[in-house]
Amino acid sequence: MTIAMQAETAAVDRSLVIRNLEKSYTADKPILKDINLKIGGRGITAVIGPSGAGKSTLIRCVNGLVAATSGEIIFQGENITRLRGRQLREMRRRIGMVHQEYSLVERLSVMENLLTGRLGYVPAWRAWLRRFPAEDIAHAYELLDAIGLTDFGNRRADQLSGGQRQRVGIARALMQQPDLLLADEPTSSLDPKTSVEIIELMDKLAAARGIPVIINIHNVELARRFASRIIGMAKGSIVFDGPPAALEDKNLAEIYGGQSWIE
Amino acid sequence: MSETTRPLVQTNERPLSLPVNWPRRLAYIALAIYAVYAASTLDVSWARIVRGLPQGAHFLSRMWPPNIEPLKMDLMRQGLVESVEIAVLSTFFGVLLSLPLGLLAARNLMPAWVSWTTRGVTALLRSFNSVIVAILFVKAIGFGALAGILALIVGTMGFVSKLFAEAIEEVNLRQVEAVRATGASFTNVLIMGVLPQVMARFAGFTAYQLDSNLRNSTMVGIVGGGGIGAALFTAYQRFDYDYVFTILLAIIAIVMLSELASVQIRKIFQ
Repeated sequence: MTIAMQAETAAVDRSLVIRNLEKSYTADKPILKDINLKIGGRGITAVIGPSGAGKSTLIRCVNGLVAATSGEIIFQGENITRLRGRQLREMRRRIGMVHQEYSLVERLSVMENLLTGRLGYVPAWRAWLRRFPAEDIAHAYELLDAIGLTDFGNRRADQLSGGQRQRVGIARALMQQPDLLLADEPTSSLDPKTSVEIIELMDKLAAARGIPVIINIHNVELARRFASRIIGMAKGSIVFDGPPAALEDKNLAEIYGGQSWIE
Repeated sequence: MSETTRPLVQTNERPLSLPVNWPRRLAYIALAIYAVYAASTLDVSWARIVRGLPQGAHFLSRMWPPNIEPLKMDLMRQGLVESVEIAVLSTFFGVLLSLPLGLLAARNLMPAWVSWTTRGVTALLRSFNSVIVAILFVKAIGFGALAGILALIVGTMGFVSKLFAEAIEEVNLRQVEAVRATGASFTNVLIMGVLPQVMARFAGFTAYQLDSNLRNSTMVGIVGGGGIGAALFTAYQRFDYDYVFTILLAIIAIVMLSELASVQIRKIFQ
C-alpha cells in the first residue's frame, strides 16, 4: 500500500503557497500581517514564536477553521480562503490536522476516533450505524500497528495516557490519507520524552507517505532537531525563515524578544 | 496581635473581608414579609390546622386496611397498565421530538435567531402543567389515553429539549472542531463529535422524564386522559378510601421500580 501511495505521491503537488495573508478579528488589531510563504511538498516545517504571535491562527487559516480576512492560500490549484461549504469540506479532507491536547472525542473508542478521519467520505447513515467501509477499517488497523497501539482499538479514548492520545490523534489525521499534515502545538501537554517520541512518530509516518508537515511548536530544540525549515513569528509577522542551522540566538531574541510578550 | 505589627496590616486601606450583601439581605426580608402577609390573607393559622386534624385522622383510619377485592384489583391493574403505557409512549415520542428541538435551541451550534425562536417555542410548550394541556386535548380529541399521551408529549418536549440544549451547549468544542477539521459534514460532526459527548446525559434526562411522566400519567386520568387517574378520582369521590390507599401504594411501587430502572439505564449509557 505504502509503495503504491508513494508512486502516486510523485504525481500529486503537495506544496502550499500563502500570499499576502491577513487576519484580524477587530479592524485595527491584526493577528496576521501580510504573510507570504511557499512551503515545499516534503519535510517538516516548524513554526515557532511566542503565544499570541499568530502561529495557531496561521495554521487554522490553512484548513479554513479560521476564515482569513484577505490574501490567498493556494493548495492543489485552489484558493482555500475562497472556499465555502462543500468545497471547503472537500479541501479539509485532504489536509490532516493534529490538535492540542484533548482533541480526541473522549467518549468514543480509539477505533471510532480513527474512523472519524473518514467522516468527510462516508454518508451520515454509515457514520450513525458505524458501518464504515471495510478498507477504512483495514487501514485503521494498519495505523494502530504503526502507532504501537495494536490492542487498544476498543479502549475508550479517555482511558489513554497523553502520549497515547496524541498517537491516536496522528493516526486519525493519517486516516484521511491527507496531502498535507498540520500540527498545532501537538506536544504542549506532554512530558519532554513523550514530546520527542510524538514528533519522531509524526516525522516517520509522514515521511513514509511523502506528506509535508507544518507544525506549530513552542519547543525550539524539538524544532531544530526535526524540522528542515524553521519559520519564526512575532506579532503576526514572519521574522525568521531558514534552515535550523541558520537560527541563531539573535534570531531567537527577535522572535521571543523582551518587548513582544511583555506588552 | 501586638501594637507593633498593626501598621503592617494597614487595615483601613483594605476592603472588608466579608462585606454585607445588602441586595441579598433585602430580598430575604422581603420574602419573609410576603410569606407572613400571604398566610394572613389565606386563613393559614394554627387553629385551622388543629380543627382539621381529627378529620385527617378519620380519613387515614378509613384507608386501612387497603381494599384488595379481586374486582377492584383487576380494575386497578388495567388502569396501571394503561398509565405505564401512556408514560412510556409519551416519553419515547417526546424525547424523539426533543432531539431536533434541543439541537436547534443550542446556541453554540445554531445562529442566534434559530436558537432563540426554538427557545420561545419550547418555553410555550413548557408553560402549562400537563393536566391543563390534557384538558385541552380531551376537549379537542375526546376522552382516552391518546389525549393523555399527547399532553405528556407536549410537556416532555418543553422540558427535555431545554435540557438537551443545555447539555449540547456544554460540549467540549475542541473535540467538535477536531471532527470538523477532517472535512466531515455537519450531520457527521453531530453524529461523531457532539452526540458521543451528550448521550450519557441524554439517557439520564430520558430516565428522569420517564419517572416524571409515570407520575404525571396518573394525573391526566383525572381529567379524562386515560390511565389509573380516573379510577383514583372516582374512588375519592365515592369515599372508597381503602381503595384509594391500594392505588396509592401501587403508584408508589411503580415509581420506585422506575427509579431502579433508571439507574440501570444510566449504567448502560455511561
